[in-house]
Order: sequence, then structure tokens, then C-alpha cells
Amino acid sequence: MHPALQAILVILGGVGGCVGYFYASNLILDKVLFPARGPQAGRNINRANLVRPWLFLAPALAALTLYLAYPVFATFWRSLLNQAGQFVGLANYAKMAHEPKFTEALGNNLLWLIVVPAAATGFGLLAAQLTDRIRWGNLAKSLIFMPMAISFVGASVIFKLIYDTREANLPQIGILNALWLKAEGGIGSVLILQLLPFALVVSLIAGFAYLGWLVLRPLWRRRDETAWIRVGRVIGAAVAVFLVIELASWAYGIATADLPYGQPQAWLQIPYWNNFFLMAVLIWIQTGFAMVILSAALRGVPEDTIEAAVLDGANPFQIFFRIKVPQIVGTIVVVWTTITITVLKVFDIVYAMTNGQWETQVLANYMYDKLFRAFDWGMGAAAAMVIMALVTPILVWNVWNARREMR
Amino acid sequence: MDNIVGKKPALLWAVHLSVLALVLLWVLPVVGLLVSSFRTGDQIVSSGWWQALSAQEAQQPAIRIAGTEVAQDGVFAISGNLYGGKGGAISAWGTSSREPEAHAPGDTAELADGLRLTVQENGDFSLTSPASLADQRLPRVFTTASTPPEFTLQNYRNVLFSPLAGQSIGQAFLNTLTVAIPATVIPILVAAFAAYALAWMEFPGRALLVAFIVGLLVVPLQLALIPLLQFHNWIGIGKGYLSIWMAHTGFGLPLAIYLLRNYMVGLPKDIIENARVDGATEFQIFIRIILPLSFPALASFAIFQFLWTWNDLLVAMVFLGTDNDKLVLTGNLVNLMGSRGGDWEILSASAFVSIAVPLLVFFSMQRFLVRGLLAGSVK
Repeated sequence: MHPALQAILVILGGVGGCVGYFYASNLILDKVLFPARGPQAGRNINRANLVRPWLFLAPALAALTLYLAYPVFATFWRSLLNQAGQFVGLANYAKMAHEPKFTEALGNNLLWLIVVPAAATGFGLLAAQLTDRIRWGNLAKSLIFMPMAISFVGASVIFKLIYDTREANLPQIGILNALWLKAEGGIGSVLILQLLPFALVVSLIAGFAYLGWLVLRPLWRRRDETAWIRVGRVIGAAVAVFLVIELASWAYGIATADLPYGQPQAWLQIPYWNNFFLMAVLIWIQTGFAMVILSAALRGVPEDTIEAAVLDGANPFQIFFRIKVPQIVGTIVVVWTTITITVLKVFDIVYAMTNGQWETQVLANYMYDKLFRAFDWGMGAAAAMVIMALVTPILVWNVWNARREMR
Repeated sequence: MDNIVGKKPALLWAVHLSVLALVLLWVLPVVGLLVSSFRTGDQIVSSGWWQALSAQEAQQPAIRIAGTEVAQDGVFAISGNLYGGKGGAISAWGTSSREPEAHAPGDTAELADGLRLTVQENGDFSLTSPASLADQRLPRVFTTASTPPEFTLQNYRNVLFSPLAGQSIGQAFLNTLTVAIPATVIPILVAAFAAYALAWMEFPGRALLVAFIVGLLVVPLQLALIPLLQFHNWIGIGKGYLSIWMAHTGFGLPLAIYLLRNYMVGLPKDIIENARVDGATEFQIFIRIILPLSFPALASFAIFQFLWTWNDLLVAMVFLGTDNDKLVLTGNLVNLMGSRGGDWEILSASAFVSIAVPLLVFFSMQRFLVRGLLAGSVK
């Protein structure tokens, strides 16, 4: 049978089956099992209403359990078996920990986890704030939002054209190399390619150091915080310290670098930095998402708080950072965690652009490698469990929040 | 808020310029690919897409002289235009690949066997010979010329209608459609019923179930690959359309239930209770009242799920397989990147075929998409 015909049949069958199931099951419940008449009508109505929610929920719950809940446990169990299916305990994890490709993937994933959510949320906030104030803001928003509709693979093709490299004697068709070859080592290029980035990185260092200090300071100022919050503060400060050290090495590198002017660069083959060229794709896609949500949040900021600030003589920057941002911190966290989850699952971009070569491996692609190239399901399952472990804190936090809201 | 900025025109200008810079940064990558997809392969490699509108000075591929021979006074001659009259200004030409710029336009080159070739700036040539040229291989001409900008639909025609083996974008387009539509339609109904129960029916364990679904929202589908492949093999559907429809349905349900429940909770309570008092069954309430009122949320989710299934690569590779006749657009594109990574005329046109439908859906139904995003993330 032709697949398209099959598709139509499946749509008809699926929709018809669903409606049929719900109709028939409700009918049986009301007319056959617990009819609302006779001497026990009242009791029957109550009983039917006890059962009915489960009739409505049954198909969805069955699918959810089978397709998402059960696999978590099945994958965990599979990660304890070797290729032949014998129980080997944690041997797969031990073996994985000793593989350089795995440590590379883990390291890169951490880098992605720090850079992409921060950059996408930052750009999103910037775009949301700026477009809120101008007449063509909606058009601008819709254009920045557009990459959301483009597949990761399509975006990879788009960015591959940007990063394209050809030999020095041929015309460059990648815009990045064309721009790069415009720099010839004079004062102008030193100013733009070294001094400017250096200043940016140094200001970032200062920003993160201050942020880390802000996070850490209440640790000895306030004695009333719970242990969890204190642990969170220490972790936050540790991330800030890590970023400061990392950025300091960047600053040193930028200041002392002897840039290879005049030579076209194969951007995706420069270890370490190529990760950032891949991240640019995801940032490009996710910024629109962050912008849309943060823009709605910014509009929800009560007007009177802003008016009060204006009357007190606050400048636009103070209004933004002191009045607006603190009021939408909750939304920023939601956006940040949502993008974090997307980052953890990122597979298509790396698979399409480098396939993990030149030290760009990430966990999801590593897992695919293990599953469908090495056919080592134990190792693949173990890699999937590592992704799950990284997601778990967010999962717990989300569930905790949902429970709190239900009450 | 305008009044704050309005006082400082300099700041307003800065805002306008920054937004313009952001928009350009976000749009230019797509424009680059779009422009490239309308250029010929030769043009793409001879200059960047940002120069597509200017005439280009570049070495052209070798052109072999052809034409009908005219005999006059014992001299045989062929004349014509190298570019078939399409235009172009030659700055230098030659007859050997080692010296492609040996002659200036208007010069006459002496070739072997007494052949004489003259090439004019506009591409007109005349070749003369003392003997008949009928059985001879005619010389090739290498030109350096500036050609006028040229745009073509040929790339799209090539990828859609006359593809090479295993690269059929047209087939992949149909496959993607076949995957995406049932995978969008089926979860909606299943989820809508469940969402109604979670939003408007009282029963023990309801809060726990909502928490369960919120938890499943973030479970990476990577975890599901191995167990589900085993499960599908066990029930005998293996890899195929049925397999991928079921997988997409399962993976899409948490978001569907979550979005729809959040929306249905906000529906006016009076309507539902009045209907109950009037003796409507829960099934009737759902079909007659809840479903029509929830249309915006249903549309939001449908768009999400459609974009997600259309753009997905991993689920398609795992559950549909990677055979040539079952490739979806994304899978096809990845293969092209591997095998024909340098042929931008093919790659760019294929990429645009694959992102055209999502972009169309995006721009026509952006309102629902935004509403869905807001319902899904912020409360």
C-alpha cells in the first residue's frame, strides 16, 4: 500500500478510533454498568463519575507510560548489560569514563550548557526590551523569531555557507572568511579583532566576578537561609569563578595572539573554537523563543513601578536593570531552563555539521554513535542515562513548582 | 513607556539602529542561502552571494567553439558568439588552459594547422581555416569576462524533478508530509480528552498525574530509542511509518496535555456547570463545549507538533530508517551535506524546499504559535 494512502487511513482510523472509543466507553459506563435509573440511581451516578476520569485518561496514560516513563527504566536496565545482554553492573559507565571521546563530549556539553542558554536569553532579553519601544517592533520580532520554524538541519546548511572555506587564491563564498580576509594586520584590524574583543571579555570578566560576589555574599550576611539555598549559592559562585578563569585565559589569548591574517580559516576545524561556531546555530534559533516569552513578561511589569522610578529620576538603564529585570526573574529562569533542556538534547546540529569530528562531540551524538555505528547498546544506554542525569535537577525543580502551583 | 525615550532622540536612534543590526544579523544567513539557491553553480563559486547583483569579473569555464561552416574563396570560416548572445564583456582570452589570458579582445590568435581565431570583447568570434573543419575537433576558448548577474529557477527544477539516485527531494517531501500529518492529528484528540479530565474532573491522584506529566515534559527522547526499537520489533511493526507515527504521538503527548490542560482550566466555570445541570453528559460537554472553546490551544499545539515532526531528524532516522526511499527532508539534506557538500546550487535549493513549508506555517499562524509558547512556559 502506498504510504500516503496509509497515512490517510491512519488519520481516519486514529480519529475515528479515538472518538469511537470515548463515545462507546462512556455509553457503556452510563447505560450498561452503572445506569442512572432504578433503585440505585444515585449510587450509580457517583460510581460512574468515579470511573469516568480514568476512561478519559486511559489512552493518553497508556501511551505516556509506554513511550516515556517505561523507557527511562528500561534504558537504565539496558545500561547495566553488556553487548551480549549479560549483567555487568556499572562496567559500561566505567568503560565510558575512560574513553577520551566521552570526556570530550561531556566537556563540550558543559560548555554548551553555559554558553547557549546565557547567550540566547541575553539576546532575547535585549531584543524584547528594544523592540518593545519602537513602531516596527512587531515586524522586527517576527523576523528574529523566524528561525524557530527552521529545522536544525536546515539551519546547519545555512551556517555552513557562512563558514565556507576555499583556498586562498579562489574567491571566498563564505561571508565569515570574506570578512576575515578584509583584515590585513593594520591598525584597524588590530583595533577591531584584538582590542575590541579584549575590552568585551574584560568587561564580561568584571561582570561575572561581580555577579559571583552578589550570589556568594548573603552566605555570611544572612543566617536564616536553608541548606539548599546555601548549596545553590556555592554552586553558583563556583560557576562564576570557572567562567572568570576561562574568560581570563581568553583575554590572555586575545592579547597575545598572532592572528594569521590573509589566510582563509576552516572555522569548523579549529578545535575548541569550532564549538562556538556550532553553538551560534542554536543561539540563532533559540533567541526568538526567549524574546517572545520575555517580551510578554516585560509587558506584564506593572506600569506604576516604572512611573515611580521615572519620577525618582531613574535613567532608562536603571529602569531596565533595577525595576524591570528583578520583576521578571521568574520568567528568565523558566526560559533559561527550557533552553538548557534543548541544549542537552542537541543532536542534529553536530551530526550535520561536523559529526563530532575536530573535538566537537556532544553527548547526544556520542550516544547515536554508540547505538547505530558501534552497535554497542549497553554503552549507548549508559550515555543516554548521563543525559537523563543532567536533566534530572530541572525535572525535579519543574515538578516541585507544578505541585506548588496546584495547591 | 514611549515618553521615557521620547525625551532623548539620541537614545531612540540608538535603539532603532541596534534593532536593525539585530534583525539583519538574524535574517542575513537565510537571505544568503535564498540568494544562492537562485544562482547558477558557476556563479556561486565565482563570487559571494552578497555580490550577486553586480557584474562579475571571473574566469569562465572553457567554451568549445561550435557553429556551421561557411566556405568562401577557399577559406572555411565559422563565426558566432561565445555566450550565445547572453552578454558579457571579455577582458582577456586564450586557447590553452595553461595560458587562459594570453590574448586581448580583438586580437587574432594563430593556431596549429593554419587556424586563425579572433575573439571580440562582446564574445563574437570568427575562426578561419584553409581546410574544411567538418571532421576536426574545434578549439576551446578560455575567457576572463565580466558577466551580468543572472538568476535562475533551474536549481529548484533540478532538485525537484530530475534528481540523481537517492537524492530525490520530491520523494522526501512526500515522505515528510506522510510522517508529519498523522503525527500531528492523532495526539491532539488523545491529549484533549486527557486534558479535560485533568482540568475539570475531580478524582483522587489528579495533582500527582499533573506532576507526572510535567516531569515527562523534559525526559529526553534519547532515552526512549533503545526500549522502543525493541518494543516495535517485538510487536512486529519494526521500522516504518506506523512506527514513527506512534513514536511521535508518544513524544508529543506530554506537551499536548500540558498546553491543553492549562488552557482548559481557564475556561469559564459557569458554562460547564450549567451544562451539567441541564443534563449533558461529560462526553457531550467535551465535544460540544470544551473542544470548540479550546480551538486556539488546539491550533497552538498542532503548529508546534507539525513544526517539530517536520523538522525532526533523530526520530525519523531511528524509527523510519535511512533507506533512500524512506528518507525525510532533513535526512535527505544531511546526506547531501555529506556527499555533495560543495555543490551549493543543489544544497541551497534542497534546503529551501525543506524549510519552505515550516516558514509558510510560521508566518501565517504566528499568532497561535506565540500564544502556545506563552501558555507552555509562563503562567
